[in-house]
Amino acid sequence: MSYDRYRKFYNAAAFTVTALCAGLTLAVLFFVLGYVTVHGISSLSWNFFTRLPTPVGESGGGMANAIVGTIKLVFLAAVLGLPVGIMGGVYLAEYGAANRLGFFVRFAADVINGVPSIVMGIFAYTIVVLPMKHFSTLAGGVALAIMLIPIAVRSTEEFLKLVPRAVRESALALGLPQWKVITMVVIPTAFRGLLTGVLLNLSRVSGETAPLLFTAFGNRYWSSGWMNPISSLPVMIFTYAVSPYEDWHRQAWAAALVLMILVLVTNIGARLIMRRGVAVS
Amino acid sequence: MDTLLKSPIIRPKVHEESPAPETPPSKDMGKPAEKIQDPGLQAKKVFAYFGAKPAIRNITLTMPLQQVTAIIGPSGCGKSTFIRCLNRMHEVVPGARMEGQVLLHGKDIMDMDPVAMRRQVGMVFQKPQPFPTMSIFDNVAAGLRLNGMHNYARLEEIVEKSLRNAAIWEEVKDSLSKPGTGLSGGQQQRLCIARALAVNPQVLLMDEPCSALDPIATAKIEELILQLKKNYTIVIVTHNMQQAARVSDNTAFFLMGELIEVDSTQTIFTMPKDKRTEDYITGRFG
Repeated sequence: MSYDRYRKFYNAAAFTVTALCAGLTLAVLFFVLGYVTVHGISSLSWNFFTRLPTPVGESGGGMANAIVGTIKLVFLAAVLGLPVGIMGGVYLAEYGAANRLGFFVRFAADVINGVPSIVMGIFAYTIVVLPMKHFSTLAGGVALAIMLIPIAVRSTEEFLKLVPRAVRESALALGLPQWKVITMVVIPTAFRGLLTGVLLNLSRVSGETAPLLFTAFGNRYWSSGWMNPISSLPVMIFTYAVSPYEDWHRQAWAAALVLMILVLVTNIGARLIMRRGVAVS
Repeated sequence: MDTLLKSPIIRPKVHEESPAPETPPSKDMGKPAEKIQDPGLQAKKVFAYFGAKPAIRNITLTMPLQQVTAIIGPSGCGKSTFIRCLNRMHEVVPGARMEGQVLLHGKDIMDMDPVAMRRQVGMVFQKPQPFPTMSIFDNVAAGLRLNGMHNYARLEEIVEKSLRNAAIWEEVKDSLSKPGTGLSGGQQQRLCIARALAVNPQVLLMDEPCSALDPIATAKIEELILQLKKNYTIVIVTHNMQQAARVSDNTAFFLMGELIEVDSTQTIFTMPKDKRTEDYITGRFG
């Protein structure tokens, strides 16, 4: 075989293999989306969004409490976790880029990111549920916040690092103190990126199940305040899916579809924000 | 537009008008006028390091008031590192440090608060970098506003004056609220100069301010430098020897982190004392 033919053969082979893998990735995504849609859509009704769950056998029940529960839990996680995560990320990008504390914080964030989420659940259980002696929305929020912090730290850092050094240096050279450079120049420049990161992070924790199992626990009714156990979509999916009842299985599919659409919409929203972003040259 | 027409042909003449500085910066640049007058900006035995590696060694150089000092030399000779030592921007690079003294009006800048000192020693960078989220007006006002000045009438006045001084007012006066990043490269660089001027520095450091610009924009910036030196002490790093010859009063030649020779620009370009300077200027290496 001449060198030319050999080169063309390898080029074609490499293209085919990588394109097949890319196609496979896309196929899996569409398969999941399609499968959940097909199974879930038939059980979706107005009742699903407005009614409480009904006992087995009784039709017309919904998951209104779980939808609100998920929103409450994610909100609490955002309130507790985002400030810490974002400011930690600012530290890493702006102050701790090369120092020892920065190295350890980055390392710790990556390690915590890799810890199975159920371990985070146990941790939240130990520090919140045990002292309070009951499951609560607060405990669930804390568990999700612990999940959220490391990913928020890292995504904030990554988006801030996209701001060119020259922007920081120009601002410093004007005789601005560093905290003003960060708050008035760097963060506004990276703002859309940071917002995108926040949305993606929140959509990621909104689907967490394991940390909620023994913190927020679950609730078949409305949960008032922040101190009572609360229902959430992922836990409902888990509970209903492992139950022996056909009716509950259908409801679980519907809940999965709703959760998936929530995540999808957030992701699309994040992409849109990013695309319209100021071009950071 | 008229600045366009009187391009390089005229410039040497402008230079001839001001060739000989009052204090002849001959033989020993470290000492000349210390007692007589304010010596401007002086570097004394400056060493700068990245990690353990010295980037510049033992630089002693006086940059006289209201004159343009050009620093020339091949890539990697420490020109930029040196100029960044003059407003303590060198130390913001992780792992970088500096030794020796830099005196501004006789006071060591290492004893001053770096933030306050940088307002006296402004800087223009190689690549023009307007703040991406800010309008033209806000870019120029940034240095003052973010340091707590909110008197709008006063800000407007200073912004206009700075843009005029940077010779860009006529081009942007009707679009002050548009983003600064929408301007052309040459306009962005003049905007950056206006931004630096707005905080009213005494010294302006320019780190290859024209290397990202086309010849027309370069001509405008050079024109501007000649205007600015009436009020500012200017230090300019440049790769372009013609540029150094056109705009500067004194020229310092750097090679491999050391200062080889400094003298009036005319002397450097006509009868340099060091063989290496001559080789560089005549293009025999570098």
